[in-house]
Amino acid sequence: MSSPALVSGFGQYVARQASAGRLVVQPRMGFSATERMREGLLAVKRAAGSTAGTITLDSFTRIGRHASAIRHLDEELTLNGYPIVAYGPDATRAMLEGVEDVDFPIQVRHGSADPREIFAAMLASGLYASEGGPISYCLPYSRTPLAEAVPAWRESAELLAEAQAAGGPVHMETFGGCLLGQLCPPSLLVAVSLLEGVFFQTHGLTNVSLSYAQQTSPAQDREAVAALRRLADEFLPGVDWHVVIYTYMGLFPSTLEGAQALLDESVRLASESGAERLIVKTALEAFRIPTIEENVEALERSADLALQVRRMSMADGLYFDMYESDSETYAEARGLIEAVLQLDTDIDAALLKAFERGILDIPFCLHPDNRNEARSVIAPDGRLQWLDTGQMPLPQPHHAADSLTADGLLTSLNYTASRYDNALDHGQAMPALAGQGQSPTMENT
Amino acid sequence: MSDAGAGDALEPTPESRPTKPKRAVIATVPSDSHMWNMVYIELVLRENGWDVNNLGACTPAELVVETCLAERPGMLVVSSVNGHGHIGGRKLIGQIRSQSELDYLPVVIGGKLGTLGANNSVFVEPLVSAGYSAVFMEAEGLEAFARFIETPRRAELVA
Repeated sequence: MSSPALVSGFGQYVARQASAGRLVVQPRMGFSATERMREGLLAVKRAAGSTAGTITLDSFTRIGRHASAIRHLDEELTLNGYPIVAYGPDATRAMLEGVEDVDFPIQVRHGSADPREIFAAMLASGLYASEGGPISYCLPYSRTPLAEAVPAWRESAELLAEAQAAGGPVHMETFGGCLLGQLCPPSLLVAVSLLEGVFFQTHGLTNVSLSYAQQTSPAQDREAVAALRRLADEFLPGVDWHVVIYTYMGLFPSTLEGAQALLDESVRLASESGAERLIVKTALEAFRIPTIEENVEALERSADLALQVRRMSMADGLYFDMYESDSETYAEARGLIEAVLQLDTDIDAALLKAFERGILDIPFCLHPDNRNEARSVIAPDGRLQWLDTGQMPLPQPHHAADSLTADGLLTSLNYTASRYDNALDHGQAMPALAGQGQSPTMENT
Repeated sequence: MSDAGAGDALEPTPESRPTKPKRAVIATVPSDSHMWNMVYIELVLRENGWDVNNLGACTPAELVVETCLAERPGMLVVSSVNGHGHIGGRKLIGQIRSQSELDYLPVVIGGKLGTLGANNSVFVEPLVSAGYSAVFMEAEGLEAFARFIETPRRAELVA
């Protein structure tokens, strides 16, 4: 009857919770003062539900300006996150004393196109979980040339692989399932998330998570997560992986009720799609950065709702596996992944060539290394579709970027906020699966 | 080209003019990584007949100056929404106006330029004094900007 000793590590914890039917919920949270950071982590640890901790870094650390971070700390100015490099490992170890344990793993979130120093500081502090990727933290949020970000990320991954070889419970999450946060068709999000997973696998990491950010159509989102899971099975042999969902990353509803409904839908998405973890927002997202207490409340509510959804699903058996993994999203994503991997046997070179040739092209991304010919549009049923496929090898090329108007873009950017803010104004409910089986986009399957 | 013949002159023309009157350069301040505002402004300008060179997020000031010197566009639009636009925007206009060849250039800045909400209007006057042709605050919406781009002017000299 002896239960096996619990293995420490971020991925190991998530796997344990998943096998017990519990969704791991996690905030975005970072403070510049060590006491406050510790307080925030402890509050998340104490929260009801299966939680993981987050240390979000500040924007000076993100771009490698550690001296500026130190100067701000010396002047007792507040940074917008925890400056892990400026503090150094001793201060961080002291801050974490008694916080992280086998049932409360912590992840460092940073947004950096070159995280080498961040990972070194993190490992020296006894932290082994982080996130990002050579594409997803370069093109959307920096001007760093991709040809610099990819080798910087390779070295960063190798740092982690060394720690893993020495027995450290390393975990790495891709940010490729988010990119610019909105208006990216799910097939490209799935493809980039998976390709970053292949990048980490190639550079020696064996425990990863693949992200996917909630988009504009609940049905399409479920289809996308099913596709991501199938592709992970196919392309990441020998890797322990799980899927992490991000609550909507675009413009948030301006009513609390609308924001709460959107947040709740992300919990349903995670639960019904079999995702193991959810990065939660709060209903106040449109107004300000939430307090620790508001974060804890959102985590507890999400964990509780996840259990309710699971109970309903288990009881009536209706919702599991209803979204075919052999979908349009799957076919498109697989096509993109294969086209990229065929460019070069070296994954780093393949990723660079993919953007040079427009095999991958992030819609609306103005980074100089993105071709920026691709455009997307939200169809009447809410699904994100290609308006222009640029040079990408997709089954159904479209070339209609010119038809996009400024008003059309604004409407798209406001689509989710507006839909959730005005959800009760329609008088009658929309069919949840509008378009399933009848949508023109499904005819080719 | 309207200024044909002037291009080979050894001395700069006393009255410098754009070589591409209907071309706009879009930039932001170095600290601002937001993109959607820049994508939107590009579409607005294109719909109004402008040709656009969008320099993208976190634009280095040197790149903005070099691009304007090389292209001599009809207008420079600085769009910022991270709340630090009034700081980076002032540095940028200083670098633009220090180039005599860009003295002709209508330069506007707009968006969420400070972190004071409705009180961001306190940043308007200093930005105009620093050399902007016009400043558009978030609260004003698009109308004033749409009127400006019909006939962009270097400066409205007010007594």
